[in-house]
Amino acid sequence: MATPALTVDNLSVVFRTRSGVVRALEHVSFSVAKGETVAVVGESGSGKSVTAYAVMGILDGAGEITSGRALLGALDVLSAPRHVLDGVRGRDIAMIFQNPRSALNPIRRVGDQIADVLLRHANVPPAQAGLEAVKMLDSVGITDPARRARAYPFELSGGMCQRVMIAIALAAKPSLLIADEPTTGLDVTTQAIIMDIIAARAAATGMATVFITHDLGLAAERADRIVVMHAGHVVEVAPTAELFRHPRHPYTAELLAATPGGTSRLEDLSTIPGSLPDLRNALLPPCRYSARCPRRSDACDGALPQISAQTRSAFACHHPVAA
Amino acid sequence: MLLLIFNRVLLAIPTLVGVVVVTFVLTRALPGDPAAYFAGPAATQQSIQEIRVKLGTDRPLIEQFGRYISDLARGELGNSLTTGQPVGKEIKARLPASAELTLIGLLFAVMIAVPMGILAATRPNSFIDHATRIVSTAGVSLPVFFTGLLLVYVFYYILGVAPSPVGRLDVFLSPPRHVTGFYLIDAALGRDREVFVSALKQLVLPALTLGIFALAPIARMTRASMLAVLSSDFVRTARASGLSPYKVVVTYAFRNAMLPVITTLGMVLSFLLGANVLVEKVFAWPGIGSFAVEALIASDFAPVQGFVLTMAVLYVLLNLSIDVLYGLIDPRIRINS
Amino acid sequence: MSAGAVAERSGIAHARYVIGENPVTAFAFGLFVAIVFAAVLGPSLVPYDPLASNTSRALQAPSAQHWFGTDQLGRDLFSRVIVATRLDLTIAVASVILVFALGGLAGIAAGYYGGWIDKVIMRIADTIMAFPLFVLAMGIVAALGNSVTNIVIATAIVNFPLYARVARAEANIRREAGYVEAAKLSGNGDGRIVLMQILPNVFPILVVQMSLTMGYAILNAAGLSFIGLGVRPPMPEWGIMVAEGAAFMVSGEWWIAFFPGLALMIAVFCFNLLGDGLRDIFDPRRRT
Repeated sequence: MATPALTVDNLSVVFRTRSGVVRALEHVSFSVAKGETVAVVGESGSGKSVTAYAVMGILDGAGEITSGRALLGALDVLSAPRHVLDGVRGRDIAMIFQNPRSALNPIRRVGDQIADVLLRHANVPPAQAGLEAVKMLDSVGITDPARRARAYPFELSGGMCQRVMIAIALAAKPSLLIADEPTTGLDVTTQAIIMDIIAARAAATGMATVFITHDLGLAAERADRIVVMHAGHVVEVAPTAELFRHPRHPYTAELLAATPGGTSRLEDLSTIPGSLPDLRNALLPPCRYSARCPRRSDACDGALPQISAQTRSAFACHHPVAA
Repeated sequence: MLLLIFNRVLLAIPTLVGVVVVTFVLTRALPGDPAAYFAGPAATQQSIQEIRVKLGTDRPLIEQFGRYISDLARGELGNSLTTGQPVGKEIKARLPASAELTLIGLLFAVMIAVPMGILAATRPNSFIDHATRIVSTAGVSLPVFFTGLLLVYVFYYILGVAPSPVGRLDVFLSPPRHVTGFYLIDAALGRDREVFVSALKQLVLPALTLGIFALAPIARMTRASMLAVLSSDFVRTARASGLSPYKVVVTYAFRNAMLPVITTLGMVLSFLLGANVLVEKVFAWPGIGSFAVEALIASDFAPVQGFVLTMAVLYVLLNLSIDVLYGLIDPRIRINS
Repeated sequence: MSAGAVAERSGIAHARYVIGENPVTAFAFGLFVAIVFAAVLGPSLVPYDPLASNTSRALQAPSAQHWFGTDQLGRDLFSRVIVATRLDLTIAVASVILVFALGGLAGIAAGYYGGWIDKVIMRIADTIMAFPLFVLAMGIVAALGNSVTNIVIATAIVNFPLYARVARAEANIRREAGYVEAAKLSGNGDGRIVLMQILPNVFPILVVQMSLTMGYAILNAAGLSFIGLGVRPPMPEWGIMVAEGAAFMVSGEWWIAFFPGLALMIAVFCFNLLGDGLRDIFDPRRRT
C-alpha cells in the first residue's frame, strides 16, 4: 500500500484548565489514503475537532500534546518547528471551519484573504495574486467573482462565505483537506453544493479529505471510510458500507440506531442512554463507553484492544456486536 | 466615505449646540454677579450698574444669549476683564502651544502603549505582560501634576539633562517665524537648528508627563482587545493557512484589535485635554490651559468661558475624526452608513 | 432557607474566593482600612499641629523627628499629609454620594419611564460628555464660585453621565422583567415599583460604579485644588500641598511635594484596585 496522505498515530491531548486536567484525546490513531474521503463522526465533545486542531497546530494555549505523531508524508507535523509548519499549513494541508462568517477576517476583502494564501504558498507574483484569487472564487462557483472579490465577509451570505473559505483552503492545492463541520448552519441545498465542490476537487486532484461531522447521513453519503470517536477515543474504524451494515462497536450501533435514516421510522429511533463521561476524572475506565454500555462485563476493566493507524477496519471492544 | 463624514458632522451639530448653551449658562445664568465682584467691595450701586451695562448683564437673558451667539459667529469671545485684551486673540495665539504639547504627548503614549499591549497579548505571562498589567493599573492612579514634578526633580535637578521647566524655549532664544505655531515645525521650516533643539528639549518632559498619563488606558485596551482577537476564529484560519507570524499578528489581528483601541482614544483625549491644564501649570507652558488657570484665580470669566468652549469644540472635532478614522478601518461602518 | 439567604451566602463565598484568588484585592482592602483609619483618627494622632509654623525649622529634610520633613514655614509634613486624608476623602466621598443619588435617580427615571424624560436626561448626559471632564469641572467651579462645596458639586456633575447610563440600562432591563410586570398588574404604583423592584437591583451596580469612580473623584478634586481652586491655604490638602511644594522641586527640596503626592497616588491606586476587585465580585462577566 502506498504511503497514506495522513497518519495520525497514538495522539493524546490534555487541556490544563482551572478545574482540572481534561484528557481530551487518548491514543487516537487512524490514517487517510491519498484521494480517500474519511469522515470522523461522534457526539459533541468526542474530540473530533480537537484532533483536527492538534494536527493543524492550532490548539488553544491550554491544550498540550502529550504523545503521538501526525505524519504528513514523512513529516511529523506535531513536532515540526513553527517555521516548517507554516510552510506546510495552507500548502500541503488545509482546513475549513464551521461558522464561515466568523472564520473570515471581517475587515479584509475576501479576494485579499485568498491572495494572502496564494502569495504565501503558491508562488504567485504579487501582481497576479488578485487575478488568481478571482479565478479561485470562480472555481468554487461564485458568480460575478471579480465583484465578489472586492466584498467583505459581512456583505456575503453564509453559504457564500463558506465557498470563500473553501477557496482559501484550496488556493495552494493542498494534498489533504480537513473540513470541520463545513455545512453546519447552512441550508440543505447549499450543504449539497458545498460538499459537491469539495468532492469534485478531491476527484480532480487526488486530494485526501477528512471531514468532521455529527451528521451520520452526510457521512454515509460522502465518505469512503468512517472513524467513530467517543470521549476522546477512536472506538471503531471501517469502510462506510461495512460500518452501516455491520457496526461492531456497541457505541456505533447505538449511534446508528439514534440516527434517522432513509429506512428507519421515527418510533424506531432510540437515544443513547447516559452522556459523555467527565474527562477531568483521573480514574476513567479503560473503555470510556463502559458506563453507558449495555454489553459491559468485567473484561471491560482490562486493557482495550488497540486500533493501529494502519488498519482499514477495526474496533476497540471486548464484546463487539456480531457481524 | 464622504457620506460617512457628512453623517458624523451632522451628528456633531446638536452636540456643539449643547456645548455652546452650557458655556453660556455657566457664565451668565448662574448665581453670583461678576459686575459686583469687579466693582470691588467699596463700589456703589451706581458703579456696579455701570459695569453691568458694560458687560451687558443688565439685558434679559435671551438677549444676552443672542448677543453671545452673534459674537461667537464672528469669533468674538469677549475681553478679559483683568487685561482688557480680546480673549479670542489670546486663545488663538496660545492654542498651538497646547496643541503641540498634547499631540506629542499622545503620539508618545500611542508609540509606547500599542507595541506594549501587543507584546503583552502575544506573550501571555511573560515579563512584558506583567509589566503592562502593572503599568496600566498604576498609570491611571498617577496624578499627572505629581508625575511632572517627579520628572523635573530627576531630570532637571538631579541629572541636569533637562532644561529649566519654564516655557517652550530657552529664554535667550526668540521663537521661530510663525507659520503653524508649532515650534518644532516652524523651526524645522526655518532651518533653525538651535531653536529646534531648544524647543524639543523644553517639550520632552511635559510631553513625557502627558504620555505616561495616557499610556495606561491605551496599553490596557490594546492588550485586552489583542487577546480577544488572537483567540478569534479568523486568526485561527490565518494560522491554519500558514500565513507568516508577522502577517497573522499585524495584518489579521492588529488591524481588528485597533478598533476598540480607537474608541478608547476618545476617552483618553478627554483625560488628556484636562491633564494638559495641569501639565501646563507645572511646566509654565504658555498654552490656553495656563491662560485659563490665571484667569480662574482672578475670577475673570471671559477667558475661562472661551477656554472651556475652545476645549469642548476641539474635543468634539477630535471625536469626529476618531469616528471617521474608525470608519476608514472598519468597512462595516463605512458601507452601512 | 430563603432564596435571598442562599444568594447572600454564595455572594460571600464568591467574595472570599475572589479575595483568596486575588491577593491584590486583599492588599487593596488593607490599604483602604489604613486610609480610613488615617481619615478618622489621623488628626488626633499626629505628632504636630498641622498648621503650626516654625520658621526656625523651615525646609528640613525628612528625619527621625520629622518623618516627611518640614515645609517652607516649618510645618511638619507628616502631620499635614495624614490630616489631609480626611478632607480629600470627604470631598471624594461627598461627590460620589451626590452623583450616586442624582445620576442614579435620573438614570432610573430615564430607563423606567422612557419617552421624553429619557430623551432629556440622556441629552444632558451626552452634552456633559462632550466636554473634556476636567475642563468642565474647572468651568463649573469658576461659575459657581471658588469653594470646597463647589468642587464637590463639579466632581459630581462630570461623573453624572456614567451613573445615569448605568442606572438607565439596568432600569430598562428590569422594566421588562416578569416580576415588575406582575407588580404592575397587581396594582402597584410607579413609585412603589421603583422603590421595591428597581432600586434594589440597580443599587449594587451603582455601588461598584462608586468604588470605580472614587479614584477619579480624588484625582479630579486634587487636580482642581492644585490649580488653586477650592481649598485655600493653609488648609492641609494633598493637591494644594503638591502645588506649594512644586516651586521647591527645582531647588532640590523634593519632600514638600513628594509626600502629599505619594499619599494621593496611593489613595487613588487603592480605590482603583478595590473598584476592580469589587467589580469582579459583583459582576464577574465584565472582568478584564
